[in-house]
Amino acid sequence: IIQRDESPMEKGLSGLRGRDFELSDVFYFSKKGLEAIVEDEVTQRFSSEELVVTLAFIGIGLLVMGTTLVGQLPESSLKNWLSELVHLTCCRICVRALSGTIHYHNKQYKPQKGGICVANHTSPIDVLILTMDGCYAMVGQVHGGLLGIIQRAMVKACPHVWFERSEMKDRHLVTQRLREHIADKKKLPILIFPEEMFGLLAINMDERSRHLIFNWNAFSFLFSQYNPQFGDAFWNSSKYNMVSYLLRMMTSWAIVCDVWYMPPMTREKGEDAVQDGGLKRAKVKDTFKEEQQKNYSKMIVGNESLNSEAN
Amino acid sequence: MGSRASTLLRDEELEEIKKETGCEFGQITRLYSRFTSLDKGENGTLREDQVNFRGFMRTLAHFRPIEDNEKSKDVNGPEPLNSRSNKLHFAFRLYDLDKDDKISRDELLQVLRMMVGVNISDEQLGSIADRTIQEADQDGDSAISFTEFVKVLEKVDVEQKMSIRFLH
Repeated sequence: IIQRDESPMEKGLSGLRGRDFELSDVFYFSKKGLEAIVEDEVTQRFSSEELVVTLAFIGIGLLVMGTTLVGQLPESSLKNWLSELVHLTCCRICVRALSGTIHYHNKQYKPQKGGICVANHTSPIDVLILTMDGCYAMVGQVHGGLLGIIQRAMVKACPHVWFERSEMKDRHLVTQRLREHIADKKKLPILIFPEEMFGLLAINMDERSRHLIFNWNAFSFLFSQYNPQFGDAFWNSSKYNMVSYLLRMMTSWAIVCDVWYMPPMTREKGEDAVQDGGLKRAKVKDTFKEEQQKNYSKMIVGNESLNSEAN
Repeated sequence: MGSRASTLLRDEELEEIKKETGCEFGQITRLYSRFTSLDKGENGTLREDQVNFRGFMRTLAHFRPIEDNEKSKDVNGPEPLNSRSNKLHFAFRLYDLDKDDKISRDELLQVLRMMVGVNISDEQLGSIADRTIQEADQDGDSAISFTEFVKVLEKVDVEQKMSIRFLH
């Protein structure tokens, strides 16, 4: 919509370095601020809204069809390979529909088969983002609606551990199913979120199960973080249902996310890494502002001290 | 979002904004798309300050370059928002925080503080403010009125400094 003025601060303030503050300085800052609000590169994205929704439908449709087809095959390594292919392809289509840019760090620590991976949970599309880099077995309740259809389709192609709501109350059933899944080294790594972890911890289970499930060597961790400047992935479920949430995600500028796979570590180290990640996010915003303030201060104070000397 | 934006913005509103700001139809709808994408709460306003789309457009209109007015010269109409005088008024209001038509020492200090952050001491900032007021003040009330403000800026190319180039 606009042509941004890229000239640096010194030029914009009609300055040679070391000039005094002037009342006209405010023009530069207000102009820059308004330019940033109106900035053009992003607005063009919106004309392709229809394309984006179509892409999402194709992605989900393919996923359901693909998994059903693959589910017809007898158990074999071919079936597993195909199942992963279907999952990854559809994931990629869906993420493209969300204009997602995802960076995966430390891929050498990616969780292996037969393990459990704990990830932080920020939004419903977490699963989508993580699955793009590798297939996981999910744990959780069967949902109704669109999500339920997807869940049921996925389980045909490769084993996930979905529970009916009634089954969740049956602790033995839960632990047994998890045990079976983990014991099978050929099964995909389980993806679990901390809320569910705590739920598991609360369950009264026998020693053997506890040992199997909470074998810390089998645990790996990952941390995902969204860049909020581009798209707010938070889902206010009291305000939006799943479909309208997804539509909002698709029409936001982009979903920018970083995923860090963490090296095997003791529990304390894990906590530190998460804290550091959160701190980094807050720090970046402030330091940018502070840098601007510092530069401007240097400009006007430099001359001031010269002035006072002259007087 | 092209079609969606124009149906949400009523035709009469569109006409009013066009007249008031001098922006073109295409520009307004694209800015409306932009506005709604920033309006996360979907209550028609931006941020805690509650700027609605009209207010947003009015603010933006101050930054239109003056050359754009050449084609729509309406001698009898109200002064366009992007005239030199209105641009100066806009800037003056940025400093005059309590809207009493005077820039006091305190207000100047507050705005300066926002621009420099923590990098300059209160003392130094105070002397900058004092010097600025001293240079501008003509009626001796230790504050800067709009007339004094205009006088200080008479040699400044306001039109160029406070212009954003809009694409058509």
